[in-house]
Amino acid sequence: MSGPSTYEPKTGFTRWLDSRLPVVRLGWDSFVDFPTPRNLNYWYTFGGILTVCLMIQIITGIVLAMHYVPHIDHAFASVQRIDRDVNYGWLIRSIHAVGASMFFLAVYMHIFRGLYYGSYKAPRELLWILGVVIYLLMMAAAFLGYVLPWGQMSYWGAMVITNLLGAFPLIGGPITEWLWGGFSVGNATLNRFFSLHYLIPFLIAGVVGLHVWALHVPGNNNPTGIDVKSNRDTLPFHPYYTSKDGFAIVLFMVIFAFFVFYWPDALGHSDNFIPADPLVTPALIVPEWYLLPFYAILRAVPDKLGGVLLMFGAIGVLFILPWLDTSKVRSMRYRPLARWFFGFFVLACLGLGWAGAALPDDPVPGLGAVGVDFLMMGRVLTVYYFAYFLVILPILGFVEKPASRPASIEESVLGNSSQSAPAAVPAE
Amino acid sequence: MTEATETPGAHGEEPSRRDFIFIATGGALAVGGAFILWPFVDQMNPAADTLALASTEVNIAELEEGQEITVIYRERPHFVRRRTAAEVEAAREVNVANLPDGDARNFNIAAGSPATDENRSAMTAVVSEGVEIEDAVRASLLVTSANCTHLGCVPTEGAGDYGAWFCPCHGSHYDTSGRIRRGPAPENLSVPVMTFTSASVLRLG
Repeated sequence: MSGPSTYEPKTGFTRWLDSRLPVVRLGWDSFVDFPTPRNLNYWYTFGGILTVCLMIQIITGIVLAMHYVPHIDHAFASVQRIDRDVNYGWLIRSIHAVGASMFFLAVYMHIFRGLYYGSYKAPRELLWILGVVIYLLMMAAAFLGYVLPWGQMSYWGAMVITNLLGAFPLIGGPITEWLWGGFSVGNATLNRFFSLHYLIPFLIAGVVGLHVWALHVPGNNNPTGIDVKSNRDTLPFHPYYTSKDGFAIVLFMVIFAFFVFYWPDALGHSDNFIPADPLVTPALIVPEWYLLPFYAILRAVPDKLGGVLLMFGAIGVLFILPWLDTSKVRSMRYRPLARWFFGFFVLACLGLGWAGAALPDDPVPGLGAVGVDFLMMGRVLTVYYFAYFLVILPILGFVEKPASRPASIEESVLGNSSQSAPAAVPAE
Repeated sequence: MTEATETPGAHGEEPSRRDFIFIATGGALAVGGAFILWPFVDQMNPAADTLALASTEVNIAELEEGQEITVIYRERPHFVRRRTAAEVEAAREVNVANLPDGDARNFNIAAGSPATDENRSAMTAVVSEGVEIEDAVRASLLVTSANCTHLGCVPTEGAGDYGAWFCPCHGSHYDTSGRIRRGPAPENLSVPVMTFTSASVLRLG
């Protein structure tokens, strides 16, 4: 970790432990004395919130696995049984299901924060890439988990997504059969999806470990994007950021609890209360809300393979983002043009989500009169999504004139008062 | 590893016993690893009992003209449709050269055969010895996979631009011969291997 360790074991036991397995020292240097920029705002609390989300999903998931039966004849009924008969099953399943949505809500805030403050730029490229890997694993876990209740949306979601792989020439067919373990989505598929759904959260936990490690080498980015220059720019992580993160976690839990207790099915789909039926496809197949933008990108292309490649490309482009953004200025706070394009990018992502939820041929409300349907809207926004990464950010670094930046983090928080003793100002 | 094997070479030009052990160990690990990896990959492929799934027999005697049933064959739904004369006529009038997919996609005949209606209907089915069945009946019967070739949804019967099948997921239109006409699906609905085992029974597989 950055800087020499400040941990001093005080008792005989901790000295004994420290010379054998310095685990307390690791925790102290990482989460107690860790120097953290003093100007982190609430957008920086989502890392802590996400850690809590992961722990909640793992704990509730392990409990649910004690009652769930991964067999096509019993899966749907066993989930109903958890909801109705298992003691507190309704609560634990609701936390797990709502928790998936909350996890994605938090990760999107976390990602957009990173995009705005330039947290992906040197020396944090690997930190960013590990984050994208976690995001990919999260999507895999969410997809696999959504199949387990074996409702109509589970089955047909699995059908559509696994068929995506069939788009690849030559290897597509064998790969889908390999994934299914049969001629179609069936019992073999459900079994292995359950096994993998149990595995992935632990993979995520492992990559989170690397993510935190990669964070603690250069230290946190901050809203100014300026490097830490002296210890006057930082505060110890504890108690300043443990309490700030803790407060944000409590607020987040209020929203979480609202959904768990008052609106548990709001983020799901009513068709998933119908047991899976291989003979009947629901009228409208949509993924969970957090995957809708990618679904819109998939549908934007009339060619099957092209759509699949573009959808994977939408995530793939995030991996090379650190080398696409040519600006020397990290934070968009000081990039007058980039912040506008970023704003449009956020709107484009929301719009893609909207387009992904709608029928492609339906007119867009307000724009239907001029012949704009959701397919058209999805196409326009898909172009912007890719243009933002592949055209706008590379060019902007050369043409944009950044605003003037403060000399240090300390100055951005306290002004120039550090030079002269602050004069007493009476409260107004 | 290469560095380690070169170090002993610094003492003498001849490869030593240590070099041999290095290479032999590395080679055994690589080959052994590949051998042990394969069972863990292959276990996910369809198991023997899945591959051995029995064929499906369809009673066609009870099918009225214009009626369609959906049967499960090899875990997948399949349409069995006794088409009306008008539907067969409409399917035959199509110019194959203008179809998005010109391949018949019929496992009863050679791959790459043109997607004419005759190459798609039960005219291509094997007729068991001694079974007599009218040509008109064979021509009217159409058996296809019921999974859209785009992403596998089950198309809705009697809908779409061609009055046959329309996939609600992403808007693919199929004609009365189960051929893709409009939309994102790349291929015609495939026709399984089939045999008339009697005048009233069509066996799939």
